[in-house]
Amino acid sequence: MLKAVEINNITVKYPDVKALDNVSFVVNKGDFLGIIGPNGAGKSTLFDCMLGLNTKYKGTIKFFDQNIKKSKNYLKKLGYVPQKPIFEKNFPVTVTDVVRMGLKKESDENKIDEILQQLWIHELRDRRIGELSGGQQQRVFIAKALVNNPKILILDEPVTGIDQQSIDLFYSILRELNSKQKITIIWSSHDLDAVNQLANHVACLNRTLFFHGESEKFFSDDKLVKQYSEASMQEHMHHH
Amino acid sequence: MSLEILTFSFMHRALISGIAIAILCSVVGLFLVLRRYSLFGDAIAHSSFGGIALGLLAGVYPLWTAYGVSIASALIITKIKDRYNISGDASIAVLLSSGIAVGLVIIGLSGGFTIDIFSFLFGSILLVSVDDTILILALTGVILIVILILFRPILYSTFNEEQAKVSGVPVEKINYLIIFMAGITVVTSIQLVGVLLISALFVIPNVTAIMYGKGFKQTAIISMSFSIFSVVIGILISYIFDITPAGTIVLISIGLLAGTMGIKSSGLLSKN
Repeated sequence: MLKAVEINNITVKYPDVKALDNVSFVVNKGDFLGIIGPNGAGKSTLFDCMLGLNTKYKGTIKFFDQNIKKSKNYLKKLGYVPQKPIFEKNFPVTVTDVVRMGLKKESDENKIDEILQQLWIHELRDRRIGELSGGQQQRVFIAKALVNNPKILILDEPVTGIDQQSIDLFYSILRELNSKQKITIIWSSHDLDAVNQLANHVACLNRTLFFHGESEKFFSDDKLVKQYSEASMQEHMHHH
Repeated sequence: MSLEILTFSFMHRALISGIAIAILCSVVGLFLVLRRYSLFGDAIAHSSFGGIALGLLAGVYPLWTAYGVSIASALIITKIKDRYNISGDASIAVLLSSGIAVGLVIIGLSGGFTIDIFSFLFGSILLVSVDDTILILALTGVILIVILILFRPILYSTFNEEQAKVSGVPVEKINYLIIFMAGITVVTSIQLVGVLLISALFVIPNVTAIMYGKGFKQTAIISMSFSIFSVVIGILISYIFDITPAGTIVLISIGLLAGTMGIKSSGLLSKN
């Protein structure tokens, strides 16, 4: 198995709390990893570290065997879909404009049409991004992440505030990207059922790594699931 | 008064410089407006007032000292804002008032040179020289070329800084580049509308165009068209009726904005 991502003893300290405590795991090429954990479990902190937005961590993160603190080249092979993309509602860009931002080279222009068709948003290409529904916007941001042919796709709770029909479509797109195009997916979610259905690996995060392994193993072990739910609930209560 | 005014060479220079400045301000201004930096142009312009006073005191061509002081103070205030986590609007207020304060103190020290200062406050496009026109065209050309070359990273980091960073865009460098270009643009435009009305050129055509355009390039072209229209008609009307060009230009662009709002609220223009 070839390693896509290697997280080694990552610790992130904020003044009064450890956001991540000695977290380590490996994502192999072709994996579909679901990262689950309650609010405040450190999922977003971990993503920020992986994306190079937070560099104040102890430990090492490697993408394709390269320490990301040494080279930013890995970003070219990475697609990222944020939790809820923040932009001015009347920002004058069309769907095509937004997807084009993800392109690295001018010459790949016809890739835009291709990806819009693949995600069922081709007819929206000349619409202003702020006019679209949450689900449509989310697909535009996936298109932007995919237009550069990434090897790894990172999604941070990407279905927050989106209707069920769009969520179903979104999940079937993810499944296809992983199974047909062999894109490694790292995806954080609250939704245990969805993770059970889609991901082949699971990482349960609650500041420390509670479990990491095949999702079948996790979900077939009732005790483990229950333990996780209780632990995260306790942490959640404690947190509030 | 007939088309005779179009034969005067000072009018040629005024129109050519005016059109160049109109294009420049609308393009640079669009990025500032979308970054919620609408008043930054105003702040740079006020700090250039200090630079102009300094030039007049030292006997140097005031626009040169204005370029130096404006760009330096814009970059410094941006650095301070990032370092000490001061909000954008507060940093604009600091920059704006310190420029005027420096200007006032220098004027006081020198015993006052009110005539020159007046033209810098309100512009003097009809007095623009051949050298000034060449400088305005050259700076406009250079800035537009830089924006065309770096269009994608500039737009991306304006749209969403975090995502641009994750895509490998050097967001901080781009931010400083925009501030730098805004500084040059403001000082260059002082000759057209003066220190006090500069942000009108940055903001009004763009706010108007955003109501029409769907995509970015379309919006930019609409904004440039409104801007050029306001400047050309403003210069001609102001000459014919012997009124100040700066005020006329700004009033015409406000008229276009008001008209657009009217069209929009009547439902003729689709709501965005």
